[in-house]
Amino acid sequence: MIPEIGHYALILALGIAILQTVAPMIGWRRRDARLLASAASAAQAQFFCIAIAYLCLTVSFINTDFSVAYVAQNAHTDLPMIYRISAVWGAHEGSLLLWMLMLSGWTFAVSVFNRRIPAELSALVIAVLGVISVGLLLFLLLTSNPFERLFPVPLQGRDLNPLLQDFGLAIHPPTLYMGYVGFSVAFAFAVAALITGKLDAAWARWTRPWTTTAWMFLTLGITLGSWWAYNELGWGGWWFWDPVENASFMPWLAGTALIHSLAVTEKRGLLKSWTVLLAILTFSLSLLGTFLVRSGVLVSVHAFASDPARGLFILIFMAVVTGSALTLYAWRAPKLASVGELNLFSREGLLLLNNVFLVVACAAILIGTLYPLVLDALNLGKISVGPPYFNAVFLPLMVPLFVLVGFGAVVPWKKGRAGETWNRLKLPALFAVAFAIVVPLALHGRATLLAVTGGLLGSWTIVAASQDVWRRIRAKPSFVAGLASVPRATWGMTLAHMGLGVWALGVAFVISYGYEKDVRLAPKETTEIGDFTFAFIGAQEAKGPNFVAQQGEVTIERPDHRTVQLYPQKRFYPSQRNVMTESAVDATLMRDLYVSLGEGFEDGSWSLRIYVKPMIRLIWLGGVLMFLGGCLAASDRRYRLATAAERKAALDGGAQAA
Amino acid sequence: MSLLRGICLLLLAAAFSAQPQVTVEKPAIELTAAQEARLAELLPDLRCLVCQNESLAESRAPLALDLKYEVRSLVAQGKSASEIKHYLTDRYGDFVLFRPPFDPRTWLLWIGPFALVLLGLLVLVRQIRSTRRAAARAATTAKPADPAALKKLLDE
Amino acid sequence: MRYTIPLLVLGVLLAFFAVGLRHDPRILPSPLIGKAAPAFSLPALEFPQPEATATPPLKGNADFLGKPLLVNFFASWCAGCQIEHPFLMSLAKAGAVTLVGVDYKDADVDVRQWLGSRGNPYAPVLADLDGRAGIDWGVYGVPETFVISASGQVLHKHVGALTPDAWERDIKPLLAAAP
Repeated sequence: MIPEIGHYALILALGIAILQTVAPMIGWRRRDARLLASAASAAQAQFFCIAIAYLCLTVSFINTDFSVAYVAQNAHTDLPMIYRISAVWGAHEGSLLLWMLMLSGWTFAVSVFNRRIPAELSALVIAVLGVISVGLLLFLLLTSNPFERLFPVPLQGRDLNPLLQDFGLAIHPPTLYMGYVGFSVAFAFAVAALITGKLDAAWARWTRPWTTTAWMFLTLGITLGSWWAYNELGWGGWWFWDPVENASFMPWLAGTALIHSLAVTEKRGLLKSWTVLLAILTFSLSLLGTFLVRSGVLVSVHAFASDPARGLFILIFMAVVTGSALTLYAWRAPKLASVGELNLFSREGLLLLNNVFLVVACAAILIGTLYPLVLDALNLGKISVGPPYFNAVFLPLMVPLFVLVGFGAVVPWKKGRAGETWNRLKLPALFAVAFAIVVPLALHGRATLLAVTGGLLGSWTIVAASQDVWRRIRAKPSFVAGLASVPRATWGMTLAHMGLGVWALGVAFVISYGYEKDVRLAPKETTEIGDFTFAFIGAQEAKGPNFVAQQGEVTIERPDHRTVQLYPQKRFYPSQRNVMTESAVDATLMRDLYVSLGEGFEDGSWSLRIYVKPMIRLIWLGGVLMFLGGCLAASDRRYRLATAAERKAALDGGAQAA
Repeated sequence: MSLLRGICLLLLAAAFSAQPQVTVEKPAIELTAAQEARLAELLPDLRCLVCQNESLAESRAPLALDLKYEVRSLVAQGKSASEIKHYLTDRYGDFVLFRPPFDPRTWLLWIGPFALVLLGLLVLVRQIRSTRRAAARAATTAKPADPAALKKLLDE
Repeated sequence: MRYTIPLLVLGVLLAFFAVGLRHDPRILPSPLIGKAAPAFSLPALEFPQPEATATPPLKGNADFLGKPLLVNFFASWCAGCQIEHPFLMSLAKAGAVTLVGVDYKDADVDVRQWLGSRGNPYAPVLADLDGRAGIDWGVYGVPETFVISASGQVLHKHVGALTPDAWERDIKPLLAAAP
């Protein structure tokens, strides 16, 4: 019964989504205020239906109702409760339903927070989001119905993939999808602006918080994914330049460019058509990621059972959504004239330069990711494009970006002055140079090119980014008054930029000074890595709720003669006959000690992978700082409080539409 | 998105679920420190074919371990990096290299991003020039006697 | 004009994706095609099992010259091999081609039991215990099947379980055309 309710709710949602698309469009053409207003109600009703469907699937999982095929494939009676809830998005059908829940959730949010926005614009935005809903709901219902029944009903389920039975993963996909899907709002704003032909500073101000919110979730999602991979995959890596990772990183880069170009559009009324294009591209790259992950066109993209029919559906969906948006762009964008003079040495000029590098970096990843597919399609053979390529191409493109971040916070809008800029940046520059030379030598006794470059760029970014806040505080009589005077948006920007610097330091140090060793140790044997002595005590059997494990015990002696115990596991999940590596990590801000079990041998010895990873925590700390920066920036009061003039404009817009 | 990557690894593992039951104990190959360093530099550039997106350095798949052993013995024999890569591409094709070779097929791959930077900068400079010209035209058409109007125009 | 560039780029990308959907990225072409088959020298299993622990006879490339062959890498632990096994049996029964089986990284006992219960389609079964021959042939996942000409050249490689379709489409014409 419950699965049927869920199924009907989805069908009902499809009907509502069609209304949500068609009614506002007609309302816009006929200038009918009631039809325009129906958009918000439809969006809310649709969200309600999807939420019910989602709840139904969750309940089926909690009850382990194996008559539902999707539940039977991804649950087991021994599965702990938390993973029953997260198993809902453990495979293709359910994760698509989660996508849909997010999309209708974002649409719902637009329908609630649209009071300051002209009725016309808000209705069109909801209509565009409705188009996306219709496509995804058709996809769900026609090719990927999560509520399909199974007969005869199996006595036991096939269980959730053990790799997904991890807390990091319980929250990684939802945050990632929040980001992916959130960019649909920016996309809808862009398309609505193309339809109405009205794009002004107010439009940019309405779009900004939505974009920033989506961006910060995507940032957190990528960070969590990296952290999870580090803990679960067992070889101490935190980023692999895998096609599926690239699929999430490309919209992040485009979204970052979008955030910055929106700032220029808002403050200076410039780059209008560029901003619109970026908004379209960012969401299109999210769709592209979905296609790459679910269609099986790229090696390793076997995340979900690849089904050409599904791939074809997403391809057509992409052609319709992105294709029509870009057609509209080709037709209407020439009318979005930007007025005003642009100087290269001004904040907007530097932001534009930053956009060039971000977009090229994004394009480079796109080229690298798709190149094997393109060569294969042309029958020119199969090649691999892997981490060595991406590191060689991507890292050089990042260098100018980091240099620019420091300037961006200091150079004023319209026109910068060289002397003033130098005065404000000479101390940060000096500090960065000193830091880059002293810190690697002091901590590790040798300076590699990467560590010095990373140290220079990272510390420069952190210190230069904090200039703006520092100057605002100093302008006030007291420190506390100063702190209070800094707007949240400025805090947000500063924090995000500092996060970037922290991230760079982490990357440079972990690559330059990490140690790794692959050794076979008999019980009681020791090995030395860096300043640490690792002693393998032995391995024993351990039992978990739904797995049995071989648990190794490793004692590490630190240079100060204190010891740390680590218990890496090799788990066997009988339900799927899968073996999982559960590495053990002793983490501090300055370094991680990381041990994972390889194969056991008959004589009681084990092959062990041991890593010393200096400052790897900074990589994720950087991501978290960027996320927090996004939170602060998106919640700035100027987005919440409309000026009197704006409120009047919004009312006028509504009246006109009526 | 590493989640998906992980799932993929597992699915592949399932596809090859059955793994060889016999492991032949091979004699350990001792390397000098310099050889170990060369090996460590080489392995991340070589792709494990079974797992499809892990390098030989990372993978624990049986075939990867075999190939790692081969590469190790080739290093011990004093073979150069390019000889070892040839050994592998003769058997498995260019797919085994994570760093694609620079040849006519991959010119676009290697040069493309840097060409895009130049293109982007070029477009940027042209854009800036054209806004300047537009602003200058606007300034001359505005009444020169009205500095407030001029300022307003520039500020927009 | 320049506002249509994004649309054009999208069109090109979508075209490539449409083609890509019909390719399987996991199937690698073999660089050996058109070249002489890699040199090998492997012990041949004898049936029934010889009582003494005498060293089994070694067989190499020269033993198979003069007629076209299918060299099939298989193992008793491999799932795809179970799928293709009945088809290989029917090929052997029809006498369509000489089948050389290379038992990849497998225990002697296991393969004898496997072939004993299901039937043995192979003319000789060669044992590649440590997987070295597999590496020389560029094998990355059993089952894999190579078509070898009478003069010892690699004509074609099939990855995965051999199906009647693949046989009719890819392999039969090659064998018919080969001298």
